[in-house]
Amino acid sequence: MRLIVPLRGVIQGRGGLFVGSLIPCCLFYFLQLYLKGRRPPPSDPTELPRTSSRSNLFSRGNSIGRVRVSSRALPVAKPSDSPYYIGLERVKTDPYDRITNTDGIIQLGLAESTLCFDLLQRWMSENLMDSIMQSDAGEFDISNIAMYKPFEGLLELRVAFADFMSRIMGGKVSFDPSNMVITAGGTPAIEVLAFCLADHGNAFLIPTPYYPGFERDIKFRTGVELIPVHCRSSDNFTVTVSALEQAFNQARKRGSKVSGILFSNPSNPVGNILSRETLHDILKFAQEKNIHVISDEIFADSVYGDKEFVSMAEVAYSEEFDKSRVHIIYALSKDLSIPGFRAGVIYSFHEDVVNAAKKLMRFTSVSVPVRRILISLLSDVRFIEEYMTAHRQRIRDKHIRFVEGLKQLGIPCAVSGGGLYCWVDMSSLLTSYSEKGELELFEKLLTVAKINATPGTACYCIEPGWFRCCFTALADEDIPVIMDRIRQLC
Amino acid sequence: MGLPLMIERSSNNNNNNNNVVELSRVAVSDTHGEDSPYFAGWKAYDENPYDETHNPSGVIQMGLAENQVSFDLLETYLEKKNPEGSMWGSKGAPGFRENALFQDYHGLKTFRQAMASFMEQIRGGKARFDPDRIVLTAGATAANELLTFILADPNDALLVPTPYYPGFDRDLRWRTGVKIVPIHCDSSNNFQITPEALESAYQTARDANIRVRGVLITNPSNPLGATVQKKVLEDLLDFCVRKNIHLVSDEIYSGSVFHASEFTSVAEIVENIDDVSVKERVHIVYSLSKDLGLPGFRVGTIYSYNDNVVRTARRMSSFTLVSSQTQHMLASMLSDVEFTEKYIRINRERLRRRYETIVEGLKKAGIECLKGNAGLFCWMNLGFLLEKKTKDGELQLWDVILKELKLNISPGTSCHCSEFGWFRVCFANMSENTLEIALKRIHEFMDRRRKF
Repeated sequence: MRLIVPLRGVIQGRGGLFVGSLIPCCLFYFLQLYLKGRRPPPSDPTELPRTSSRSNLFSRGNSIGRVRVSSRALPVAKPSDSPYYIGLERVKTDPYDRITNTDGIIQLGLAESTLCFDLLQRWMSENLMDSIMQSDAGEFDISNIAMYKPFEGLLELRVAFADFMSRIMGGKVSFDPSNMVITAGGTPAIEVLAFCLADHGNAFLIPTPYYPGFERDIKFRTGVELIPVHCRSSDNFTVTVSALEQAFNQARKRGSKVSGILFSNPSNPVGNILSRETLHDILKFAQEKNIHVISDEIFADSVYGDKEFVSMAEVAYSEEFDKSRVHIIYALSKDLSIPGFRAGVIYSFHEDVVNAAKKLMRFTSVSVPVRRILISLLSDVRFIEEYMTAHRQRIRDKHIRFVEGLKQLGIPCAVSGGGLYCWVDMSSLLTSYSEKGELELFEKLLTVAKINATPGTACYCIEPGWFRCCFTALADEDIPVIMDRIRQLC
Repeated sequence: MGLPLMIERSSNNNNNNNNVVELSRVAVSDTHGEDSPYFAGWKAYDENPYDETHNPSGVIQMGLAENQVSFDLLETYLEKKNPEGSMWGSKGAPGFRENALFQDYHGLKTFRQAMASFMEQIRGGKARFDPDRIVLTAGATAANELLTFILADPNDALLVPTPYYPGFDRDLRWRTGVKIVPIHCDSSNNFQITPEALESAYQTARDANIRVRGVLITNPSNPLGATVQKKVLEDLLDFCVRKNIHLVSDEIYSGSVFHASEFTSVAEIVENIDDVSVKERVHIVYSLSKDLGLPGFRVGTIYSYNDNVVRTARRMSSFTLVSSQTQHMLASMLSDVEFTEKYIRINRERLRRRYETIVEGLKKAGIECLKGNAGLFCWMNLGFLLEKKTKDGELQLWDVILKELKLNISPGTSCHCSEFGWFRVCFANMSENTLEIALKRIHEFMDRRRKF
């Protein structure tokens, strides 16, 4: 990414080849230095404290080397230089509160929804105790929740998830519980899948802009690379086969082995819903190159537009495709607003992948009491239907208000139909149409307008000026406050 | 080692591409170990499980180290003492909001404080635990794997004393690509680790051009069911300092030591050391699965004296978080000092009595066990029954015990024991009656053998 970004000036065709490449380069590096300077200084690794141990065995003084961690661990603990994480950290220092801290930073950088908490809370207070404590015999028997259960989830749990997923996807596709593995959240789901489909050093193609968290989820431990496939606003950031071809060929020239394509649908951060045709094209491309397709459908129920959501599972059933290359990720963190519960799904048409993933669940299994809550919750069809209707309606309403508010300021958004955010074009507020300009605006939004929105750079977007704004944790009265603050920057 | 799945001709594909899509080495490798006898016995049990009433001649599971002896104490607590509080945490139902959204990899402060307090109690206050050094993982399995990712690179090695828990072959090696080099221990000194054995293992690794990153022990030991002596711990730490490597102590059975005074945690040794360069190589793994009998809850922890490891482990724990609901449920219980003190005391006592029952019963049948003082199992010596003191000889005997006596016990070879004829026998995952039945079957077997 750092190589691609300075070349943006060239691609945009502004200022000529020399100026277009050199100036953004310099500014980019100066900005990186500036951001680096804001980090706390690393502790001096050579300094050893004075020894005062009692035992002679350990009184080695300065002759002991400092023990090291593995080279793959080294980058993990470093403070992140991604604006995605920087923004989240800044909010923690001064979080907005409607009553107690009206000058605080408003969080628009976290894709969370609190819109239907009232419904969930009511369900929990009525059902939580029973779902955990009760057994078939009616009495509390701790062995029901205390003992080892299959790490990948008993059939009952997988059936509940399969039914739920089918329901939220409009009943147009059914999920076979035996193709399913239950994980402790969406994050481990994507990592386990990466471990199963690609070796260390292989790569996934990924359309940009993409969810910043994928960088960690995929790269931290698997050693799999992410190769961006650039999408443009002219296509509403929808991936094209020609872009996929180009990225695949470039990877091959560089000697990178591409194992699969990873994308989210509804997409994050843009929020567009991929059409059946696009899904078909992606699968056809994957078939030609003999690679995997991973569809992250974590926002499947958070749809509010007129476009219907189509799961990759549905497209996979069409006969011409070898289904075994299709894998789907899901989790309850977004649609059901319960990220704290830690429950996700790997759904794969490949038997060996399911078997390997099952065995890997010992490292990331859902706690048994939580499983019981989920079985109860997901099987409560009446509640789920009520929830789905309210959830979609409330996101829709909030989306309309938010986008309308921005429109009043002359700020447009990308066309979207799903997700908990919108993809906002703030290029008109940039002092310079460049990554530097975008990061300056990001900083101004944080310090002057006191709003945390995720800049496109953090999502590897190739066009500057785009910001992801999450609106599903906002009350209606927060929106005018936000718009007033943004107005200050116009 | 596993190779990528070779391309097969598929008759299903009717287009011009006959290739089946490839999977990773991790996916096709057999490092998960589920084809070993350790797991084969479980399969036999699953197919014909013993039940006191419905299937009294079924296979008795003595290969699973689960603690069910103190369930009644937990049940009573969860049901009567504070059920609402357990569900929601101290705020009652409004706590749901925080519960649902909370996915911070730092973990709930109250829960970490409760874990720290519980770990201190187990060690009789001989060591202090700082809640901010506690990193939560979904079980000790995840904790051990996570630590391995952090301390070692692919093709590096951890030294592990034999015999060891069969699961380590999978947990420490599978996704991490790290190797295990065994530290050979034998019965001449009750399988304690010697400085010579340590040096020898280290040298073996060096000779094979493998970089050693640390030593990993279980204390109390699985499968030995015995605590590691204080002197041995000090020697271990000294060795790790000299070689500049890490020391990981998996203390998952620390609360299952029959007499508290007989357990020395590596935390006690480190407590008296101020030198950071010594301390920061020490890491402890713990979990509620064995001592508290709650394996289903998936609660494990890494406790590290190394700031960098704590920070790194926290971030990596995103892949294996403990649900906030579970943290809430357990926080109040573990902070209830009156309850935990009583639980720990009674649990130890019951385990001790079980141990004595089984060891006495085996003795009467003419079978000796290693002198143990902890854990949910005993280390039984059937070497004298082997026709041939080889791996095959041992596995033959294991098979006879499984098929004839219908007892699933774990053979020493699956624990990489260098002496043949040892078996791990679990006693805490069944009722006292079932234990008696198991002992009876062994008696009868030994009687039959004596007649020939």
